Amino acid sequence: MVAKTQEPFFQGSTGKNSRGVLRIVILCLIAGAAIASRLFSVIRFESIIHEFDPWFNFRATKYLVSNGFYDFWDWFDDRTWHPLGRVTGGTLYPGLMVTSGVIYHALRALTIPVDIRNICVLLAPGFSGLTAFATYLFTNEMSTSPSAGLLAAIFMGIAPGYISRSVAGSYDNEAIAIFLLVFTFYLWIKAIKLGSAFWGALCALFYGYMVSAWGGYVFITNLIPLHVFVLVCMGRFSPRVYVSYCTWYALGTLASMQIPFVGFLPIRSSEHMSALGVFGLLQLVGFVEFVRSGVPSKQFATLLRGFVLVVFVISFGGLVLLTVSGVIAPWTGRFYSLWDTGYAKIHIPIIASVSEHQPTAWPAYFFDLNLLIWLFPAGVYLCFLKLADEQVFVVVYAILASYFSGVMVRLMLTLTPIVCVAAALALSNILDTYLTFKSPDEPISAATVTDGASNGATKKAAKQEELRSMRQPLVGIYASFSKISVVGAMTTYLLIFVLHCTWVTSNAYSSPSVVLASRMPDGSQHIIDDYREAYQWLRQNTKEDAKIMSWWDYGYQIGGMADRPTLVDNNTWNNTHIATVGKAMSSREEVSYPIMRQHEVDYVLVVFGGLLGYSGDDINKFLWMVRIAEGIWPDEVKERDFFTERGEYRVDDGATQTMKDSLMYKMSYYNYNSLFPPGQAQDRVRGVKMPEVGPVLNTVEEAFTSENWIIRIYKVKDLDNVGRDHASAASFDRGNKKKKAMKKRGPKVLRVE
Amino acid sequence: MAPKKNAAAAAAIAPPTTQTTTTTTTIPSSTPIKIPSKSSSQNQSPQQVAIGIWKTYLDKTPQRTKLIDVFMSFLVVVGVLQFVYCILAGNYPFNAFLSGFSATVGQFVLTASLRIQTNEENKAEFNSVSPERAFADYVFGSLILHFFCVNFIN
Repeated sequence: MVAKTQEPFFQGSTGKNSRGVLRIVILCLIAGAAIASRLFSVIRFESIIHEFDPWFNFRATKYLVSNGFYDFWDWFDDRTWHPLGRVTGGTLYPGLMVTSGVIYHALRALTIPVDIRNICVLLAPGFSGLTAFATYLFTNEMSTSPSAGLLAAIFMGIAPGYISRSVAGSYDNEAIAIFLLVFTFYLWIKAIKLGSAFWGALCALFYGYMVSAWGGYVFITNLIPLHVFVLVCMGRFSPRVYVSYCTWYALGTLASMQIPFVGFLPIRSSEHMSALGVFGLLQLVGFVEFVRSGVPSKQFATLLRGFVLVVFVISFGGLVLLTVSGVIAPWTGRFYSLWDTGYAKIHIPIIASVSEHQPTAWPAYFFDLNLLIWLFPAGVYLCFLKLADEQVFVVVYAILASYFSGVMVRLMLTLTPIVCVAAALALSNILDTYLTFKSPDEPISAATVTDGASNGATKKAAKQEELRSMRQPLVGIYASFSKISVVGAMTTYLLIFVLHCTWVTSNAYSSPSVVLASRMPDGSQHIIDDYREAYQWLRQNTKEDAKIMSWWDYGYQIGGMADRPTLVDNNTWNNTHIATVGKAMSSREEVSYPIMRQHEVDYVLVVFGGLLGYSGDDINKFLWMVRIAEGIWPDEVKERDFFTERGEYRVDDGATQTMKDSLMYKMSYYNYNSLFPPGQAQDRVRGVKMPEVGPVLNTVEEAFTSENWIIRIYKVKDLDNVGRDHASAASFDRGNKKKKAMKKRGPKVLRVE
Repeated sequence: MAPKKNAAAAAAIAPPTTQTTTTTTTIPSSTPIKIPSKSSSQNQSPQQVAIGIWKTYLDKTPQRTKLIDVFMSFLVVVGVLQFVYCILAGNYPFNAFLSGFSATVGQFVLTASLRIQTNEENKAEFNSVSPERAFADYVFGSLILHFFCVNFIN
């Protein structure tokens, strides 16, 4: 870090004011850029909620706005997880909805009635401006350089790693959580620097807010204790550390326990034990420091240190014992899979089935962080050079977040803030070094300069008089050409960074998954709107309480757009229920029909992309359904049966009989041959020719198929009037003659009535 | 919960420490245990060390700090009583026990912070926090703490 800030422009007190004005203007422009770059999807398509999870958040927000806070707090939702329902108030993080609700009511109070949907759509861009500001404050705590904070703010404002989760319409928890994360860290750094209980309490309040907003609060809960633990191990324990941490822990833990979804977890689960342990350790260390100051003898101090170690080891042993005996809950699968990276795939397929839970590839780093990723290590190295308490935090955060982002794609989000900060530290250091126009004067040996005249002649004489090797060389780069070239290169990189961010945002992260866009040959845009077409059909043409069975990906969207009860949704809290749906989808009709009857299913919805080449369809997700069902009923559903002898997963003529009999296959390809001339049916996703004769459905009938065949909805038939099973009834209706039974009677069965 | 209790109890013996190496602490009373000193020899027994500490504590500590210490030891007593009751009678309204116990622990910690910040010896560490400011912070923190506890106790 550059200790002495050099300000070539605007010196003096008026300069200070101008600098302040400049800072305000720059920050406003950064906020503007952050908001503007997130509006691609709104301008191109329309102002709607994207993806899957945000639909539930949107629905919950609407409920909050229309029914008030207390109803929302104990809301029992009977339109999801059909036979079970969901205690929504106790199973969600209410921070996001409450924030939107507050904004909604505040705007109404200002007589600006804005539709709640628009508030939800534009919440993430609005908060991204605040995130940039919080990053500015955080970085200013790290470095004295005048440019570091502003650089970090602009990086944070437009870095694609953060935009990916916060474009307009992505109304997810991360929309406000990242702002709260960075701001909590800023308050923490402030608290530990000043040793102030006030900042510690503020940090605890914002930590409580963060807990109410996102499940990722566990990251803070473990990062701050780790920071303190590292400080204690480095021998940097000071009263400031004690005051700030203990205030934060005592208030923050209580604050987090107010959220019903968190409840007693902070003292009952392994994820929170590090914070408690460090809290205990700080009490010990503080006490020992206190006693040591009053005791003269040296041995006694060593004794005390031994005492601390013994107590620490005993507590650690106690913690292990409690965890083993089950008093303290072990790590949950989602967190445990961060350590044991193969765990989820083997034991909990539903975690592994989410695409965001895959490890990150290298290109993703360059794609999401462009030049920041190679400035990042340099910034961390610079923190090592000047290792104060707050720099230790940056180092700890950087190491931890790098590891986690390597394990899971979605955790790139927690890495982005620290990458922006570290990169800004490195870059501001470079700029501070090369942007000074002052060069130190050439040292001239005092013996030769007598009258202080420094014209060329005396200089030359001086140079000739002393030995060349005796001259003190002036180390450094002072030529204005070198400075300009370095600064020019850096400026170019920054401009390219802006271009890259805009390009990535525009092309990769600004497409709502609800509407699919494609290009016509003449370059005009063609919108494929099958999802909403089908959901709207459900909304208008089915009973108010018709139960829809679909794979869990679409649960939230059906609840949000079609407004119909579903069996499973994206909140995967009950694996068995999901496995039930998986079993119904992957079994023969005779097996599925009773399951659907038992769950009072009226309609079954499948997503099929074979006609359009839409690859995210249910046939491609089918193996996960099979795996999840197999986890519960290993002898009824077997993954092996869906592969051919050679181990291929096929849907054409070579598909296995189990595959062809499964309900999912039949519903996807039902009547598909009728679109093509005989014998030329093509599946454009799998790229194979479909068999001549399509599947036959007996227990369900086609109710609706969207324009491009992306969504197909089937109605579950009622029981047969005469009591036949559906297969024979259907074959009778088709007019298949019964084989002449040669007056042969089957084996008689006793009628029991 | 065990380490927490020990830590809190251990930290609370700051004023009148009568033992140093065991973790299962008795409740420190704020009155010293009078042990007649036999001889002032060079190699001090732990007892004499403890008495020495106690003496210097009584001599050196300002009145205000002693007041804080008495309050802190009272908090420890209350916390230990609650904990013992929880062990004896079961933890049925667990949130009530938690809010009561965290109220004592949190108040203890906040008071310890106040004691640290107002201590003359730590002037160098807290150059930006005057004693008055420290007290205002203490009030602020306590208000938040009690709000949460009252909310949590139902």
